[in-house]
Amino acid sequence: MKLRLNQKNIPLLATIAVFLLIYLAGSVLYSNFFSLRVFVNLFIDNAFVGVIAIGMTFVIISGGIDLSVGSVVAFIGVLAAKMMHDFGVHPLLAFSICLGLGAMFGMIMGSLIHFFELPPFLVTLVGMFLARGLAFLVSLNAIPIKHPAVNAIIDFGIPLGFRAWLPATAMIFIAVTLVGIYLQHFTRFGRNTYAIGSSEQSAILMGLPVGRTKILVYTFNGLLSALAGVVYSLYTSSGYPLACVGLELDVIAAVVIGGTLLSGGSGYVAGTLIGVLILGLIQTFITFQGTLSSWWTKIVIGVLLFIFILLQRYLSKAGAGK
Amino acid sequence: MDRNNVLIDIKRVSKSFPGVLALDQVDFRLRRGEVHGLMGENGAGKSTLIKVLTGLYQRDDGEILFEGEPFSLSSPQEAAVHGLSTLYQEINLIPALSVAENIYIGREPMRLGRIDWKQINGDARQAIRRLDLDIDVTQPVSSYSVAIQQLVAITRSLEISAKVLILDEPTSSLDLAEVAQLFKVIRKLKEDGIGILFVTHFIDQVYEITDRITVLRNGAFIGEYETNKLPRIELIAHMLGKDPETFSLEQTAEKTKQEKAKAGQTLLEVKQLERKGSMTAFDLAINKGEVLGLAGLLGSGRTETARLLFGIDRSTGGSIRLEGEETVISSPRKAISHLFAFCPENRKEEGIIEDLTVRENIILALQARQGIFRPLSGRRQSEIAEKYIELLDIKTPSDSQAVKNLSGGNQQKVIIARWLATEPRFLILDEPTRGIDVGAKAEIQKLILGLSEDGLAILFISSELEEVIACCDRIAVLRDRKILSELSGEAKEEATIMQVIASKDVNP
Repeated sequence: MKLRLNQKNIPLLATIAVFLLIYLAGSVLYSNFFSLRVFVNLFIDNAFVGVIAIGMTFVIISGGIDLSVGSVVAFIGVLAAKMMHDFGVHPLLAFSICLGLGAMFGMIMGSLIHFFELPPFLVTLVGMFLARGLAFLVSLNAIPIKHPAVNAIIDFGIPLGFRAWLPATAMIFIAVTLVGIYLQHFTRFGRNTYAIGSSEQSAILMGLPVGRTKILVYTFNGLLSALAGVVYSLYTSSGYPLACVGLELDVIAAVVIGGTLLSGGSGYVAGTLIGVLILGLIQTFITFQGTLSSWWTKIVIGVLLFIFILLQRYLSKAGAGK
Repeated sequence: MDRNNVLIDIKRVSKSFPGVLALDQVDFRLRRGEVHGLMGENGAGKSTLIKVLTGLYQRDDGEILFEGEPFSLSSPQEAAVHGLSTLYQEINLIPALSVAENIYIGREPMRLGRIDWKQINGDARQAIRRLDLDIDVTQPVSSYSVAIQQLVAITRSLEISAKVLILDEPTSSLDLAEVAQLFKVIRKLKEDGIGILFVTHFIDQVYEITDRITVLRNGAFIGEYETNKLPRIELIAHMLGKDPETFSLEQTAEKTKQEKAKAGQTLLEVKQLERKGSMTAFDLAINKGEVLGLAGLLGSGRTETARLLFGIDRSTGGSIRLEGEETVISSPRKAISHLFAFCPENRKEEGIIEDLTVRENIILALQARQGIFRPLSGRRQSEIAEKYIELLDIKTPSDSQAVKNLSGGNQQKVIIARWLATEPRFLILDEPTRGIDVGAKAEIQKLILGLSEDGLAILFISSELEEVIACCDRIAVLRDRKILSELSGEAKEEATIMQVIASKDVNP
C-alpha cells in the first residue's frame, strides 16, 4: 500500500515534526544531548506514562476518557509494596494480583459506562477518588520495596553499548506499544474502537459488538494502569499513596499531542508513543538548559497542547465542510 | 403468480402501542427482482411495518413468511443473517474509516490471527466496481458525497448477501444526478433478483422506479397496485383517503389558472428563491391581510419554504423583496428584525419551553428582540401576557402557570401569542393545529382569519386540506420540493389540489 498525505495523518505528521524539531534543537544547543543514552532514558523515565498512554489511546479513540489512571498507579504501587513488605508475598504473585485487580477495576467502570449509560468522565472521576482513597487506606506513608526477586527484575537489562542500558521497565513500555499497534490495526477489537468513537449509532446498526468493545477498552486500560503501577514501583523501588497526582492529565496530553482526536474515531498508538517521547524530551531539554525551573515543562506542554487542539479543530472543520 | 417468486409475505400483521393501533392487519408481499414502493402519509404505519419486519419491534399478531418459511426476528442484527438489509435516510457508516473497511467491518477476513488488509481492499475494489463505481476504497468514507456513501452502504448490504434491500427514504438528501445514479444501481440489483422495498415521499420517483405500490393509511392496508396501472390521481386519493370518483379530470384544467391576488398591498415578493438540494426555485407573493396556504404531501417542501423565508436555511439563489425593497434574510435574527414571526411545526421541541410560565413564554420573543439589556418590567410583562391570554382565549388559571400543565391547543396558542406580542407584519404558521383537539383547532382557525383582517400577512402550512381551504385566500400547491401552482377563489377545492399534486407535467 502506498502512503498518501491523507488528511487524517496530518496530526500524526505534525507530532513527528515537533519531535524532530525539539530533538534537533537540543542536539545543536547542548553537547551530549544527541546520544543513545539520552534517547534510551526517554523510554526509561517515561515508561509508566507510556504504558498508560497506550491504554488511554484506545479509550479516547472509542470516544471515552479515563481519569482514574493516576490514582490506580498509586493504589497498585502501594498495594504491591504492602503485600511484599508487610505480608512477605512473593513479588511475582503480588504483581499478578495487582494486574488482575486493575483489569477488574477497569471492567467495572466500563460496565457502569455501558449498562447504565453513564458519562465516562463521571464514572472515571469516581474511580479516581476511589482508587486514591484506597491507596491511603492501604498505607499513609511510602513503603519501600526490597526483595531479591524485585532487585533481580530491576537489575535485569540489555546493554546497548555506548554506556546505554535498556532495563526491564523500558522493555515493558516497548512491548506494550507493539501489542497496542497490533491490537489497533490487526484485530476486530481495535477496529471496533474506531467505529464506536466515530459513530456509535452506526456501529450499533452495523451489528458491531459495541457494549463488549467498550467494556474491553476500559478493562484493557485498567490492566495497563496497573501494569504502569508495577513499572512505577520498580522505577522508584517503593509504593507511595500520593504518587502520580495529576498523571491522568499528562497522559491525556501525551495522547492528544500524539495526534489522537479527543472527539474519538481517529488516532494511532504509534502517535501516542511519539507524544510520550515529546513530553520526555521537553523535560530533558529543560534539565540540560539548567537554569529554568522544571515548571517550564508544564508551560511548554500547555502551549503544545493548545496548538494541537487548534490543529484538530481546524482539521475537523475542514473535514465537515466538504 | 409464481409462488416461488415471493420473498417476503406479510399476512395480517398487527402492532399496537399504548393507545394507538399502528398496524391493523396489514398485508405486504415482496417478490424476487421487483422494486416495491411503500406509500402513505405521516402515521400511515410505513416505518412501523419496516421495524416489525427487521426485528426492531415484535408484532402482536399475524404472520411473516420469508421464502415460504415462517420468519421471526428478535433483533435487527439477526436480519442481516437472513439477507435482509435496511438503509435509512441518515447513512449508517463509520465516517472516519475507509470505504473498504466500512464494507467489511465486523466480518473482516482474517489470516494468521490478524486482519487481512490486502484482501479487504481487493475485495472492496471488486464489490464497488460491480456497482459501476470508481473510487479509492482506502480513503475515509467521509471524504465522499452523500450519494457515494449511500452506494457504499448498499455495497456493504450486498456483501452480507442481501436478498432483500429496504430503502427508507434514501433519496431525500440527494440531488437529481445522484438520484439517477442510485436508480441505476437499483435497476441492476433488480436484475440480479434482489427484492427491493422502497419508501419515499417523492411521487415522481415512485413512478420512475417501482413495479408495484402498496398503500397504507392510518395503520391499515389500503391495497397493492401495479405501478403502471395505477393513475397518479388514484394513488394520491388512496393515500389521503378520498374517493377519486368525486373529482373529475376536466374541471380542474381551467381552475388551476392563477387568479389575480386579492386587492391589497404586496408585503413580500419572492423571485426564483431556491436552495440546492432542498427546494427548487419558486416565486411567491404575499399581500398584507392575506392568508397564503401551502398544501402538499409530507416532504413536499412546505416546511423548507418556510425555513427559507425565515432565514433558518440560507438560500442559494433568488431574491426577496419586502414592500418593494430588496432584502436579504440571512438569519432568523434578521427575519425577526423585519418583523417576521415563525411558529415551528414541532412545538414540543422547537417552540414551547415547558418549565417556564405562560407569561415568560409569551414575552420570550419580544424580550429577545429588545435585547437582554433592556428587560421588560414585570408590570409590562404581565400586561402583555394578560392581553394575549384574553385575546387568544388561552385557558390557564393564571399567567404564572407552567406551560407544561396546559393542553396542547393552549400551548399552541401560547406560541402564537409569543409571536403576536412582537407585533409582526408577517406570520408563518407551520402545522399550528397538529395534535390538538377539534374545538381548539376551530378556535385557532378563527384566530388566523381574525388576524388577517387586521392586516397581518400569514403563511399557513397544514397537512389537512379542509383546513387550508377554509383558512386561506390563496393556496400554493407543492410536490417534490417544487411549487406546482397557485389556486385561489373557486379553484380552492380538495379535488383540485389533489389533481395538481397528482399531475405529471405542471410548469411551476
